[in-house]
Amino acid sequence: MASGRPGVLRDRAAEVAQGVSAYGLIVRMWVRSSLAYRTSFVMMACGNFAANALDFVAIMLMFSQIDALGGFSLPEVAFLYGTSGIALGLADLLLGSIEGLGRRVRDGTLDTLLLRPAPVFAQIAADRFALRRLGRITQALLVLGWSLPRIEVDWTVGRVLMLPLMAVCGTAIFGAVFTAGAAFQFWAQDAAEVQNSFTYGGNAMLQYPPTVFAKELVRGVTFLVPLAFVNWLPALRLLGRPDPLGLPGWVDFLGPAVAALMCAGAGLAWRWGLRSYRSTGS
Amino acid sequence: MWYAAVAAGSFRRYATYQMATVAGVFTNTVFGFIVAFTYLALWHERPHLGGYDQAQALTFVWTGQALLATAALMGGGLDELQERIRSGDIAVDLYRPADLQLWWLSADLGRAGLQLLGRGVVPMAVGALAFPLALPGDPLTWGCFLLSVLCGVVVSFALRYLVALASFWLLDGSGLALISGLAGMFFSGMLLPLRVFPGGLGEVAQLLPWAAVLQTPADVLVGALRGGALVRGLVFQAAWAVGLLALGRLVQSAATRKVVVHGG
Amino acid sequence: MTGRARDDEGADAVDEAEQLIEVDGVEKVFTVRRRAGRLRRVREEVRAVDGISFRVARGEMVGYIGPNGAGKSTTIKMLTGILVPSGGRLRVAGIDPAQQRTRLARRIGVVFGQRTTLWWDLPLKDSYELVRRMYRIPDAAYRAHLERCVELLDLAPLLDVPVRQLSLGQRMRGDIAAALLPDPEVLYLDEPTIGLDVVSKAKVRGFLREVNAERGTTVLLTTHDLTDIEQLCRRVMVIDHGRLVYDGGLDGLRAAGGGERTLVVDLERELPPIEGVPGARTVRVDGPRQWLAFPASQSAAPLVAAVAAGYPLVDLSVREPDIESLIAELYAGGGMRADAAGAGGKDGRAL
Repeated sequence: MASGRPGVLRDRAAEVAQGVSAYGLIVRMWVRSSLAYRTSFVMMACGNFAANALDFVAIMLMFSQIDALGGFSLPEVAFLYGTSGIALGLADLLLGSIEGLGRRVRDGTLDTLLLRPAPVFAQIAADRFALRRLGRITQALLVLGWSLPRIEVDWTVGRVLMLPLMAVCGTAIFGAVFTAGAAFQFWAQDAAEVQNSFTYGGNAMLQYPPTVFAKELVRGVTFLVPLAFVNWLPALRLLGRPDPLGLPGWVDFLGPAVAALMCAGAGLAWRWGLRSYRSTGS
Repeated sequence: MWYAAVAAGSFRRYATYQMATVAGVFTNTVFGFIVAFTYLALWHERPHLGGYDQAQALTFVWTGQALLATAALMGGGLDELQERIRSGDIAVDLYRPADLQLWWLSADLGRAGLQLLGRGVVPMAVGALAFPLALPGDPLTWGCFLLSVLCGVVVSFALRYLVALASFWLLDGSGLALISGLAGMFFSGMLLPLRVFPGGLGEVAQLLPWAAVLQTPADVLVGALRGGALVRGLVFQAAWAVGLLALGRLVQSAATRKVVVHGG
Repeated sequence: MTGRARDDEGADAVDEAEQLIEVDGVEKVFTVRRRAGRLRRVREEVRAVDGISFRVARGEMVGYIGPNGAGKSTTIKMLTGILVPSGGRLRVAGIDPAQQRTRLARRIGVVFGQRTTLWWDLPLKDSYELVRRMYRIPDAAYRAHLERCVELLDLAPLLDVPVRQLSLGQRMRGDIAAALLPDPEVLYLDEPTIGLDVVSKAKVRGFLREVNAERGTTVLLTTHDLTDIEQLCRRVMVIDHGRLVYDGGLDGLRAAGGGERTLVVDLERELPPIEGVPGARTVRVDGPRQWLAFPASQSAAPLVAAVAAGYPLVDLSVREPDIESLIAELYAGGGMRADAAGAGGKDGRAL
């Protein structure tokens, strides 16, 4: 039927619109239902905040013993911590629920998503949308806010604009990792924890300066799973520090391209996984 | 010997989650590398921080990764008990001849045993290959370490058991579980060895029960506790284990009264 | 093969009715890896659905039965677009389910007896609200449908209860209502009465009959409960080992299967086994009660007359065979598939 290119494009556009609207519907429903149990919600949000705050307390305790880690001061580490935390927090808020895919494949509830007139990705990403994850984002924002007046940056309009750009690209990169990890679960249903290595593990790494880690590891997160574009490369430029791999300067600005590429890759992996599920049923 | 059978059953049950175990090992190893590098940088700045040399600090990191699942530092392991309390099925268990606490302790030890072998050994081995670790050469220290891990798991169980029993009174136990998980991560030394904590905070933290879960076993392994200090460390763990288990029994009998007298 | 009408009383009507579901030689082959020995694994092909063909006209209610693992669920999954067929052609309301899953989703309703399609943690009415918006149901139609469902299925007291707290029967009623809110053209029901008590079963069946009569909704249901079929469906399809082995009326299934019904008679006193009743044989005697087996295709009336004429009769009843034994008998002789083409009798045919 729709064999012509415009037809395919129109179908794809309709699918995206359908997905966005379904996502919005389900999210609204979950937010409303979580706000219905207000005390429970407040407690979980505070817990989410506290869990991450303790993380940063550990870093502050380290700095009670030292002045610099890997040549970076506490405000500089806090800047890395905040930028990475915001990106991970947003990605987790927007589509963190997707890590439950393996469980859905195991217990067969993925089938019920395939029966509804909306893309499965939108439905599963919005499922159990947890507003409490704002706790992490708030905490990361506070740490970032604390660091900004304390780091030595000559703020220009361009440099200020880099902050929201980093947040968007970082969210997209972590979102792609979440998606690819979920797609992997189409084959390995119990492997939900593997993606934690790349999301939470990646975040734990990006909180510290790249100078702390072995070159191979830094290369790995630059070329293999390019998490370095979430905050390391743009932050090093802002802070006026050399990049330990000595890459050319323009690489620092590749964030948007890398994010787009990763999203496309993750999208393909997801489609591939879903297609395989629909042909094998398991 | 029914409790041995319960432990063995639990061991086998966790052994069936092979893929989850592999995934867990992978994640623990990745985190081990990340933390190890930050500690390298930290001990590079302050070579004898907390009384550890660099190799001891690195050993501490990999011990933490090896025991993270074994000692259920982030909580969990007793979800089924909590679910039975919430659904009311627990009433059936309370009328059984087998003691509830001993039953779940056995099951938890079985779980811990499998996770020590399945999720503990490989990250530790990888850590030892990648970094210069301060692992003991004599079997006696290894034996003391295993004994200390056992005590740590019992203390961890006793804490989690109390949290689970709270479901008898709390409508929503998730908040308490969250707080206890946070305390487990922070005050066990998982985020940073307690000996590195500054001043009074460090001294207090080392007296709390969570210190018995990770800090003490790790200190035994890296050789920070020797001779009399080693004995004191084990006594410290045993004291918390006995005290918390006794507290658990008190709460358990109160819960039983509540179920029997008021019907749940 | 295509467009062939079944030879029942409504033959002409069916001929003209629109074929809503068209299945032509559809197959589903799974590759399974099995352990063979300690490390070796062998790949093995399993033909879950092995070339089946049928048509369902708009407004029909069809029972789809077969033993566990026969391919029922796989067929339903292909019809709804969850699974992509390995071969053959499949159309539902003119749509290829595998290609246009979401477009089809608006026009079909699905109820799985074993698991809910509702949102587990949300109250029933929130689930319905989501269905309304996701399926873009016009306000007036939604209110009318919901009101009708709530009334007929007694849902009013359940609307504020989270789905996970509903009993099985309540949840099933909630699920059926959700599936019908978008006013689907086809309703697939997978074991809709499994685990329900007698009252809930009756309620669900009554509701389905009403929906079918009122809105002309086509219904395809799988079940283990022969009473579901008896009360709802004029037509039955039987699948076994991935092949359609029967398609026709329930009576015809009994005849084709060579199934036997049983006449249970209570006599005034203990007597020797009843003899001399043509077409029946006594299979069991227990005190004054005796069991007589007779071909399912045969009417019970002459039997009753014959027994009453020769014996002191107190009470009697007729027992129907259950699905499992029917299917077992259907091809116990192995000859059923062979004479498929010729067996197109009055009520149906074995394939």
